[in-house]
Amino acid sequence: MNDLTEQLRERVLAAATARAPLRIRGGGSKDFYGNPPSGEPLETGGHRGIVAYEPTELVVTARCGTPLAELEAALEEKGQMLAFEPPRFSPLPAGERGRGRGEAGGPALSPNPSPASGRGELGATVGGAIAAGLSGPRRATAGAARDFVLGVRLIDGRGEVLRFGGQVMKNVAGYDVSRLMAGALGTLGLLLEVSLKVLPKPAAEATLRFELPQDKALEALNRWSGQPLPLSASCWCDNLLSVRLSGARAAVAAARERLGGEALADADGFWQGLREQQADFFRGDAPLWRLSLPSKTPPLGLPGAPLIEWGGAQRWLRGELPAAQLREAAAQAGGHATLFRAGEDEKRRAGGAFQPLAAPLMEIQRRLKQGFDPQGLFNPGRLHPDL
Amino acid sequence: MGASGEQIQLGEAEVERLVAGLRRILAADELLLGREEVTPYECDGLTAYRQQPLAVALPAREEQVVEILRLCHGLGVPVVARGAGTGLSGGAMPVAQGIVLSLAKFMRILDIDPLARTARVQPGVRNLAISEAVAPYGFYYAPDPSSQIACTLGGNVAENSGGVHCLKYGLTVHNVLGLRVALVDGTVVEIGGTAPDSPGYDLLALMIGSEGMLGVVLEATVRLTPKPQLARVAMASFDDVVKAGNAVAEIIAAGIIPAGLEMMDKPATRAVEDFVHAGYDLEAEAILLAEADGTPEEVAEEMAAICAVLEKSGASSIRVSRDEAERLLFWAGRKAAFPAVGRITPDYLCMDGTIPRKHLAHVLTRIAELSREYGLRCANVFHAGDGNLHPLIMFDANRPGEIERATEYGGRILELSVEVGGTITGEHGVGIEKIVQMCAQFSPEELAAFRAVKAAFDPPGLLNPGKAVPTPRRCSEYRLTGSARQG
Ligand SMILES: Cc1cc2nc3c(=O)[nH]c(=O)nc-3n(C[C@H](O)[C@H](O)[C@H](O)COP(=O)(O)OP(=O)(O)OC[C@H]3O[C@@H](n4cnc5c(N)ncnc54)[C@H](O)[C@@H]3O)c2cc1C
Repeated sequence: MNDLTEQLRERVLAAATARAPLRIRGGGSKDFYGNPPSGEPLETGGHRGIVAYEPTELVVTARCGTPLAELEAALEEKGQMLAFEPPRFSPLPAGERGRGRGEAGGPALSPNPSPASGRGELGATVGGAIAAGLSGPRRATAGAARDFVLGVRLIDGRGEVLRFGGQVMKNVAGYDVSRLMAGALGTLGLLLEVSLKVLPKPAAEATLRFELPQDKALEALNRWSGQPLPLSASCWCDNLLSVRLSGARAAVAAARERLGGEALADADGFWQGLREQQADFFRGDAPLWRLSLPSKTPPLGLPGAPLIEWGGAQRWLRGELPAAQLREAAAQAGGHATLFRAGEDEKRRAGGAFQPLAAPLMEIQRRLKQGFDPQGLFNPGRLHPDL
Repeated sequence: MGASGEQIQLGEAEVERLVAGLRRILAADELLLGREEVTPYECDGLTAYRQQPLAVALPAREEQVVEILRLCHGLGVPVVARGAGTGLSGGAMPVAQGIVLSLAKFMRILDIDPLARTARVQPGVRNLAISEAVAPYGFYYAPDPSSQIACTLGGNVAENSGGVHCLKYGLTVHNVLGLRVALVDGTVVEIGGTAPDSPGYDLLALMIGSEGMLGVVLEATVRLTPKPQLARVAMASFDDVVKAGNAVAEIIAAGIIPAGLEMMDKPATRAVEDFVHAGYDLEAEAILLAEADGTPEEVAEEMAAICAVLEKSGASSIRVSRDEAERLLFWAGRKAAFPAVGRITPDYLCMDGTIPRKHLAHVLTRIAELSREYGLRCANVFHAGDGNLHPLIMFDANRPGEIERATEYGGRILELSVEVGGTITGEHGVGIEKIVQMCAQFSPEELAAFRAVKAAFDPPGLLNPGKAVPTPRRCSEYRLTGSARQG
């Protein structure tokens, strides 16, 4: 446990005086994400520790520099979890190696045996996970990172320590500023502490596998999602559809019977590999695009074979693809495209990592940034050149 | 009591231009003017606070809403959006120098997409109407405020409303995917959508629970939930509220997230039983309702686990609903708690604090002490699963000084909620009612951040001004006098 609030605040105040932008950095595991970072590095790793954990209140509060692995281990001890399954994108801690890279989960998705993929030398932190706002396989049914944020403590661009939300499940006092921080990539403030809703781990899980072409898999996923089935994750790649069921023993057993398919043996390793993008599909240096779409969008017919998650709502593509065409196709379908992993040049050519926003929405975002960080100190340009 | 909040003053000429403009945009029966006509709109569910607006607009088409906003923006006239007016914090109470913009005529369900599990609805659609419309497809809309037969989706979005099933299925914020919103100057934008994780800041999170202060909701796209095959509810009696509170913690410690988990104390149970005849145990100090849903096998497994915990926690009796009719009856009592209390008292104030559940015993003891101190009765209804407590303070507005005493008593309860690490409002919103207690929960800098959010969406500050976020002046007065007692 280490409380560096004062030191961090002094750094922000000094930066404000010098008008010198800061690059907020936890474990560095998501350095690749968003537009290239700039500014004087401000490491948050020292500000760590679980401040409060009440299993029966379903709430945990941790300092931003707490390793995600440490937090998840503490929850695991009480049979609970972060249901949005935030990806760490960093080497798994030694104790968990075995689980993350067990038996190959299938030819196309065997977890990457080499952790040395240059993806973050330190472990992912809680602050970074919330700032990035990324969610893992369970997202389609359990909810996204933002859905589990209950409260935050942050330092704004004036060096003020502010608290929003709290450690309770329901709270409508004031605007929901805590959720706003999820996915803001640290551009509105330095997150000191976050309070998250946690959930019990399911009593039982099973993964089923089906051989299906893309259109049939999408159709099946959408159909199943509309039924009272305990679905908790899905993945389609190379004509193989994998579906995870989680819940009460009886519910999982009944759903298995109903859906058929083949049981997957090392399911944990498979989903872990997917969550951490260590599966074969994600290997190599080719740019990685993420398409976020309404789940029932039919196959888009874009170049390359996708990997599909979240019941059809998240689709990954590899390669140097025409950014304009991808963004147009995604927008047409009611979604958006992110250049998730790529070199700086590639991101520049794509007009930035993220899909541009409609002008009036951009105007609101600019004013929000101005309100929280009037001098533009925090992570300038990381989310958008203007923010 | 009247409180218009904002100090906007319109000259006679501006009022004339406003009325002329509204007449151009609206048909005669879509515009209410004059004291008698606007009176039904002078308050929401919090009837102690009233204010006459300049006019009430009842448009039926989106273009009219846009034009009204443009007109008001041009003239600097405040606009208070309104749904069904069931809000309990005065959020929809008019502003003296402004108009009420009722969305009540926007009652169409625009689209139901069973494959995508979504529905797109207009803001005036009633909460329950969605579940009714999608039932044939095997779906329902999960957030179920007790006011669901009347309250609108626009109001639900503005308050981030919850219901008895929110512990498992989430609040409005977890079930609304996208909004079509008219900004203060009439610009129409789409916020969020059915594709996950919109780029940029999560404006949807800000819109939900924003009490009509950031934009006017024109459409909402909501997530539909597959109806479980079966649901059963256990009703347990306890001779001590503390035991009931502990039982809640034990259920969660056992790894169970019930579909509903609600508690009522003796005064609430008695009021309800008289009204609904649900068969509640009138001797119990507290009654706990815990619901399991899912497949029949799942429900059997979970219900057995719930009952085992209830027994271990010292329940004096447990009844499990035998069929759907009985399940609905058990819930009917809980859902009718507010009107039931309304029958036994001329007036009541419904508080809405949320507390960490472990402090329940302390908070209930303090509430009982305060009840004696103020000489006012109080019944407690509790969304036990998520710590959201609704003390119902009973009073008679016709007796001199009682409303002031009730308000002060309520303020003390809210401050108590903040003291134990909770919040002044879990689901009813700040509105005008709890605006003073915002100064207890937030620092001046935090309140300034809220004002910055407001200004980012609504630079001239015309949407529902004077609600939810107190002015710095109001808070310095509050801090000088110390607490709600003088507030
Ligand atoms: C008996 C009773 C039981 C209740 N039970 C619950 C409960 O279980 N859970 C719960 O959460 N609440 C409950 N409530 C409170 C209330 O019903 C909710 O807050 C509801 O969401 C309000 O909806 P409404 O349509 O009546 O909104 P209104 O009261 O008309 O307005 C509420 C707020 O929403 C704004 N607004 C309305 N429409 C729009 C729009 N289109 N765009 C922008 N802003 C808009 C208004 O300006 C106002 O600030 C209860 C109320 C009563 C009277």
